[in-house]
Formats: sequence, C-alpha cells, structure tokens
Amino acid sequence: MSESDIPSDEEAIPVGVLPLDAWHRAKGGRMVEFAGYWMPVQYEGIIAEHLWTRAHAGLFDVSHMGQLLISGEGLDAALEAVLPIDLATLKLGAVRYSLLLDESGGILDDLMVSRWGGGLYLVVNGATKWDDIGHLREYLPDAITLNHLDERALFALQGPEAASALKRLVAGDYPLSALTFMKGGRYTIGGVEAWISRSGYTGEDGFEISIPADQAVAIADLICAQPEVKPIGLGARDSLRLEAGLPLYGHDLTPETDPVSADLLFGINKRRRTEGGFIGADPVLAILAKGASTKRVGLVLEGRMAAREGALVFAGDVPVGRVCSGGFSPSLGHPIAMAYIDTDKAAPGTALDIDMRGKRLSATVGAMPFLPHRYVR
Amino acid sequence: MSRYFTEEHEWIDVDGTTGTVGITDYAQGQLGDITFVELPDLGASFAKGASVAVVDSVKAASDVYTPVSGTVSAANPALTDAPELVNTDPETGGWLFRITLSDAAELSSLMDETAYQDFIKGL
Repeated sequence: MSESDIPSDEEAIPVGVLPLDAWHRAKGGRMVEFAGYWMPVQYEGIIAEHLWTRAHAGLFDVSHMGQLLISGEGLDAALEAVLPIDLATLKLGAVRYSLLLDESGGILDDLMVSRWGGGLYLVVNGATKWDDIGHLREYLPDAITLNHLDERALFALQGPEAASALKRLVAGDYPLSALTFMKGGRYTIGGVEAWISRSGYTGEDGFEISIPADQAVAIADLICAQPEVKPIGLGARDSLRLEAGLPLYGHDLTPETDPVSADLLFGINKRRRTEGGFIGADPVLAILAKGASTKRVGLVLEGRMAAREGALVFAGDVPVGRVCSGGFSPSLGHPIAMAYIDTDKAAPGTALDIDMRGKRLSATVGAMPFLPHRYVR
Repeated sequence: MSRYFTEEHEWIDVDGTTGTVGITDYAQGQLGDITFVELPDLGASFAKGASVAVVDSVKAASDVYTPVSGTVSAANPALTDAPELVNTDPETGGWLFRITLSDAAELSSLMDETAYQDFIKGL
C-alpha cells in the first residue's frame, strides 16, 4: 500500500513550526508538512470534521498564510499599478478578493485586501508568500512600506454557529453583528487585540481572526472552549472549499492559468477592466475581449470513485480538459471535481468522461458552488 | 490458518492455497476516511507486489499490492456499499480480495504479527 497521490518531500529545507504546533499535537492532530510548515491534516477524521463545520463551527489555524501591511504616500495608486483591484471603492474596513498576476496574465497568487486605518492589509497564501513579498517589493515604489506581520497568527472560525460562539468572546466599538460578509474591524478577543473579518474559505458564515502570535495558544483554547467549536484540520479545509467551489492556489490556479479561464473575473474590478493599468492587464483584457478557450468548471461524478488532479477529461474520445482538484464530497455523498474544460464543452449539463487509472468515470458539468454559500451579507 | 504482513501494510490470512488480503489497522488509520475501494476482477492473475486494488480516502488514492503471486478468486462484495468497513473493521470484515497462491514459498519473505508490530513501532 502506498499513497500514490501524495508527493514525497524532496527538499531538505527545515520545516517551519507555527505558534500552535504543540497545541495541535496535544489535540491529537496528525501533523503533515504543508507550505513549509508542520500543520494538522486531521484530528478525529476528515469527514467528521467537515460535517461538524457545516453543522456547527470549526476553528482552522491558518497561521502559515502571509499577513502583509503596506502603507505610505500614494499607496492606492501604487497598489493599483500592481493588482487589478479598484481601491477607490474599497472603504475602511472592507475586504476584497484580488489576484497577483505576472506580465503575461498568469496567476501568481490569489489574496484578500482589506482597508485598515493605517494602510492596506493583505493575506496571501503560505506557499507563495515569500515570492509574493519579492514581487510586491519589486513593483511597489520605495515610498511604500511593506511590513510582513510575521509576529501575528491567523485563525478562521467557520460554520453556522461561528457567530454565536465568537460573539461571547469579543468586545469592540461595534457589535460583531455589524460585520457582514467581507467586512472587518478591530476588536478584542479574550482581552487581546484582534483584526476580525467576516470571511473564509468554506462557503459558510464565519470569521478570520488575526492576533499576536504569542497569544495564539490562549485564544485557540478560549475559542475551542465554546461548545459549538472543534479544531478542524487541512483535510476538511480542502473538502469544504471544494464543495464551495473556491479555487486552491497551486492546483486550480497557477502561473499557467489566467483570471478569465479561471472564472475569477470578479477579482478584476469593473473600472480596471476598461482602464487596465495593472500588471498583466494587456494579455488578460485581450483574453476577456475574445473569450477564453478553456474554463474552470465543476464536475459532478457518478459512482464513488474520485477523480484526482491531473486526470484527463473526454467528450467521447476527444480530450477536452483536465481535472485540477477532485475528491469525495462529505456533504453530498459523492465525488466532485474542478476542471479546466474547453469552453464549447463547459456548459452546465454537458456529459463528459474522466479517465482515472484506465477507467472511465461519468461526470456532468455542474454549477459551482456545489453547495450554496451561506454568507451573511 | 496463518497471518502474514508486508512492509506496505497489507495482511494476508493463508488457508491452504487461498489467501485473504486486507490492509492493516495502522494503514487505515494513516489513510483516514475511506470512501471507495476499487477491487480486482475475478480470475485476474498478479505477480507478488503488483498493484491489485486501490483504496480511495477523502484526501488521496492508495495502491494495495498483493503480498503473493496468484489468481484473484473473490472480492469483498460488502465494500461496494460500505467502503468504510476498511476503517471500522480493517483486519476482519474489511478484507479486500482472495487470491489463490501460485507459489507458497513466497510467504517466507513476509512478516509475522510480532515482526510487523515491531516494524510499525519503528515508523
């Protein structure tokens, strides 16, 4: 028996240790190397953790992600020269999804941008954060300061009971209920200063909570002491985001994918689609004008065998695309996948086949998200 | 009847020339929630160490290798509707397939229970 889909460690770079490392181990977390850190893939089991999050609330440690604060004179114009975001419409406390693109329009990362009083707060993926910092530093003028907030931990509390659990623990100028989806603000949690936004990566209502790393254990204990909350590992984080139709960088998004094919046009704000002026604008706007040749879509599979990343997709005998993420959906009880499919075969309802280890799996192009989002707007 | 183990975490119960194969409790614990098992066709012949079955968990697909050479004589029908038996009862009701041994001498290369327990302690 061997785990054929899991690549072996090839690099000798020491694996990083995050603030909650011992806490995860004490909770029974099975630690794996992910994005250069030891992280919990599961505690009691992926399916149980997945279903708990959909029914109650799950605490995810996402301290591997990069938290950046950029500030300085001419900040908005400087960042708009890099990202396809419209900062004129990003009000204080607002959070928005954006994309870091290369000169040819390929996706280097996806990220969240929030307007803080003192600047713009960016949350980027863990595996790409060092490259992102280098890229931003290269393209931002010297007058712009970029701080890597590596003394902060980041948690996500997700699920229909997240708000009721968190409400008990926080204080601030505004009640937690003042935050609606993609809004954030300054609060204290257990007396510790925190930036909390109503956002996440599961499709559920929930919050992301940035706190000082030296308070991470105390705050994790406090949150997990609430009856609605259990700690949830990376395995369920992946199955939850897949059901929610949310792309995973390094799999569904890469430098070889572009925002139009990836169906992430909402990450290129309207004004920027006409004005351009961001890195990669010319190639991306050209693809937008003539239409993308492939599209990221959802596939609903028959049977129980899951399709995995890299599997080829066929219409009859003709190859029409490739799976970028796939797995069993605990909430739906059957496998689902995301794939890049030739645009003329990407319409919902199209019947396709997936080749897995020489077997043909029947699949239908389905609407994403696979499960309705339950954001509180 | 004797039970043998492989370093790939399969077990095989041998009764005469018939072997019943599954994955160990340690293996199912490492894999996590199993959602599908791809079983071999009856009558198919495999050499020792060949990939005969695939166990799909939520996170990954894993090959199961036959501990001995032979011909598949049965596949566990219960796993079609209840693949989670491999998690809940890996070393009894969650067996994967039966194989008719073509060379019983191959068993001498496998571990017994004590040797296997020592082996996983070292992992």
